[in-house]
Amino acid sequence: MKFNSMLRHWSSLLLLSGVLATGTTYAQSEAPECIAPAKPGGGYDLTCRLAANALQKTGLIEQPMMVSYMPGGIGAVAYNHVNGVRNADPNLIVAASTGAAVNLALGKFGQYDVDDVRWLGALGADYGAIVVKADAPWQNLDQLMKDLQTKPGQIVFGAGGTVGSQDWMKAALTAKAADISPRDLRYVAFEGGGESMAALLGGHIQVFTGDLSELRSHLESGKIRVLAALSEERMGGPYAEIPTAAEQGYDVQWPIWRGYYMGPDVSDKAYQEWVNKLQTLSKKEKFAELRKARGLFPMSRFGYDFENYVKGQVAQFKELAEEVGLKQ
Amino acid sequence: MFDFLIHGFGVALTPLNLGLAFLGALLGTLFGALPGIGPINGIAILMPLAYTLGLPAESALILLASVYTGSEYGGRMSSILLNVPGDAGAVMTTLDGHPLAKKGLAGPALGLSAVSSFVGATIAIIGLTLFAPLLAQVAIMFGPAEFFALMVFAFSSMAVMMGKDPIKTAIGAVLGVMVAMVGVDSGTGVLRYTFGMAELYDGIDFVVMIIGLFAISEILLMLEHANRQDVDDEMPPLGRVMISLKELAYCKWTMLRCGVIGFIVGVLPGTGASIGGAVSYTTEKRISDKDGSFGTGNMRGLAAPEAANNASAAGSFVPMLTLGIPGSGTTAVLLGALMLYNITPGPMLFSERPEVAGGLIASLYIGNIMLLALNLPLAGLFARVLTIPRWVLVPSIAILAFVGIFQLHSDLTAIYLMLIIGIFGYLLRKLGFSLAPIILGYVLGGLMENNLRRALAISGGDLGILWQSGISLGLWIAAAALLVLPWLLPKLWQARTSKA
Repeated sequence: MKFNSMLRHWSSLLLLSGVLATGTTYAQSEAPECIAPAKPGGGYDLTCRLAANALQKTGLIEQPMMVSYMPGGIGAVAYNHVNGVRNADPNLIVAASTGAAVNLALGKFGQYDVDDVRWLGALGADYGAIVVKADAPWQNLDQLMKDLQTKPGQIVFGAGGTVGSQDWMKAALTAKAADISPRDLRYVAFEGGGESMAALLGGHIQVFTGDLSELRSHLESGKIRVLAALSEERMGGPYAEIPTAAEQGYDVQWPIWRGYYMGPDVSDKAYQEWVNKLQTLSKKEKFAELRKARGLFPMSRFGYDFENYVKGQVAQFKELAEEVGLKQ
Repeated sequence: MFDFLIHGFGVALTPLNLGLAFLGALLGTLFGALPGIGPINGIAILMPLAYTLGLPAESALILLASVYTGSEYGGRMSSILLNVPGDAGAVMTTLDGHPLAKKGLAGPALGLSAVSSFVGATIAIIGLTLFAPLLAQVAIMFGPAEFFALMVFAFSSMAVMMGKDPIKTAIGAVLGVMVAMVGVDSGTGVLRYTFGMAELYDGIDFVVMIIGLFAISEILLMLEHANRQDVDDEMPPLGRVMISLKELAYCKWTMLRCGVIGFIVGVLPGTGASIGGAVSYTTEKRISDKDGSFGTGNMRGLAAPEAANNASAAGSFVPMLTLGIPGSGTTAVLLGALMLYNITPGPMLFSERPEVAGGLIASLYIGNIMLLALNLPLAGLFARVLTIPRWVLVPSIAILAFVGIFQLHSDLTAIYLMLIIGIFGYLLRKLGFSLAPIILGYVLGGLMENNLRRALAISGGDLGILWQSGISLGLWIAAAALLVLPWLLPKLWQARTSKA
C-alpha cells in the first residue's frame, strides 16, 4: 500500500511536469500565447501577464492566453526562436522592453536585427530615476551634475545591469548630459534593482539609476531622495513631487516601455488583428486599473508607429554604444 | 510592537490558510526529497497556479513559503539515503548523512535530521520575529568588499573541510569556479566562453548544473552496477526512525549553534541555504570533531547542516520582507509572487499590509510544527522511494531530470548541457573526486568574482577597499585563522607538552 502511494506521488508529479513541458508544443494550436523571454517572476513575465489578464478580463480573447517562459541570452534565445522556428505563428506574441532594444543595438541578438520581427505595440512604461540617499549632499540634479564635473571619479553610480545594459544607459546618458564621457563614469553593476537599492542605503554607492515604480515603497520611508525622474513630464500620485531632469535643465529621458513583437512572417491580417486588439484594450477603464496595479504608467504606441519608435531607439543606442566603444 | 504577529496568527489560523500551509508542507517535503526538484522549481510550478485560482495574496504566500520551508526538510531524505542532495541546501547533508545510512543508521539519521531541521527553523523564525527590523540594518552594511571577504572566508572553510584529499578538493572548486565564468560578464557585459551560442549568455544554470552533476552521474553509476549484484545495491536498512534522548543530548549544542549560524547567513542578501549549510558544517567540524569522524557518519555532522539550512531558509525572509531584497534564489522567486499581487515588500510592509507580513511569519510557526509532525512518523514512508526497484527508479529519475530541465528552459540545449555535465560528473566520481566542492566553487565563485569587481569599481581599482571596514577585516582574520590554526595548534600543543 505504502509502496503504491509512493508510486502515485511520483506519477502525479510526472504528469504535472509533463503537461507543463508539453505546453510549448501545444502552443501551435489556436490558443493565444505570450512568451516571456526570461525565467518566471521578472519584468517580462509581468509584461506577458498584463496582456494575458487584461485581454481575458475585457473579453477581447476567447481562450485564455498562455504564458510560457524562454530564458536565455537576455531575450536572444526567444528572438532567435521566433525568427527561426515560429516565424509565422499568428497566435504568438513575445514580451519585449527597452532592454531588448539596447541588446539589439549592441548586436547581442546574434545575426538578427531590429528589422527581423514585427513590432506590435507597447501597453505601458516605466521611467528611469536618479536616486541618492536621504543624507546625501545633493538637493537637486544640478548640484550632483556640478560635483560630477569637478570630481567624476569620486561619485560612484550603481544599478541593476552590466555596462551596456539599459540600466547603465541611464547613468551614461546622465553623465553625457553633464558633458562627462560615460567612459570616465565610475559604475558598479549589481544584479537587479533590489541589490542596488541595498548598496545605496548601505552607503556603498552614491547614486542609483533605478526605475520610478520600484521606488514607490521607498519614497515613503524617507531614506532616499529622488533627484530627477527621467520622464517627459512629472508623473502623478506619489511621484508628483519629483521634478523631471528636463525641468532642471538636463535633457535626459529614459522610458522603459513594455511591449510585444511577433514573428517576421506573420500575415498582415493577423498582425493588424493584434494591433487592433491591443489598441482597443488600451482604451478600456478596466485595463487602466490592471496596468496601474503593475506599477506601469500609460504608454500607447501601436503598429507602425511603435515599429518606427523602436527602430529610432535602436539607432540612437547604436550611436551611443559606438561612442563609448561597446559595439561588438 | 508584536501587533502584526497577533494579527498574523488570526490570518494564518483560518481553515483555508491552515489547509494551504499543510498542503505546502507536504508538497514541499516531496519536492525537496526528489532530486532535481528543489524549492525553486516547486514554487515556480505552484505560483501561477495559486494566482489563477484566485487565492488572496497572504494565502498564496503562505502556500509558497511552506513549500520552501518544507523542501528544506525534504532535501535531506535523498541526501541521506541516496547520496544525492535533494536540493542545493542539502549538499552538506550527504557528507555525514549517507555514511550513517550505510552503517545501518538510516532511520535515526532521518529522525535526527527532522529534529535538527525543526530546531534550526524554530530558532530562525523566532529570530525573524524579533530582529527583522534590526537585522536588516546589519545586512545593509554588507557591501561588495564585505561580501568578497565573506567568500574568501567560505573558500578557506572549504579548504579545510574535505581534508582527505586537499588537491582534489582544490581542483574541484576551481572546476566549479570555471563553470561559473561562462556567460555575460556581470560587470562589463562582455560574453565569455559562450562560443556564439545565445543559450550560454546567461551562464550555466544552477539547476542544469546540479541535475547533471548529481542526478545524471548517479543514473550512470546505477547503470554501471545494473548487471552486478553488489551488496551496495540494497537500500540501507532504515532501522528505527525515532531518535533517542541520548543522541539528542549529544547534538543539542550543535543544533543551537548551527541554527544561529544558519539564520545569520540566511539574513545576508544573496546567501541562501547552501552557504548556510557549508559554513555551519565547517564551523561545527572545527568545534566538535575531536576524533576526525566528521565525514564518516558523525551525528553532529548531520545535525549541523540540517539545522542550518532550515534556519537559512527562514532567515532569508528577513531581507526580503524588510528591504525587498531576496536573501536567496528561492526568496527571489517569492519576491516575484509578491509583485504578482502588487505588494511592494519593503520597510512599509509591516505597517501597510500587516496581514501579509504577519500572516506569513505566523504561518511559518504553524508550518514548522506541521513539518515536524509530518517528517518524523512519515520519514519511513518518504524513504520508501528507495524500495522502488531500480528498473523503475532509474528511468523515473531520468524522466524527471529531463522533464524538469525542459520545463524550466523549453530548450534542448539545456538538456544536452545537462548530459555533458552528467557524463563529466560521472568521470570525476570514478576518479575519486567529491562533487560538493565543485558545486560550492560554482556558487561561491560567481558571487566572489562579481563582488570583487564591484568593490574595485567602487574604489577605482584600489585594493585597499577589500579590508577597509571592520566587518571585512574580521572576516579576513577569521579566514586566515581557519587556514593556519589546524596546522599551528597541534604544534603549539606539542611544544607545550614536550616542555612539561
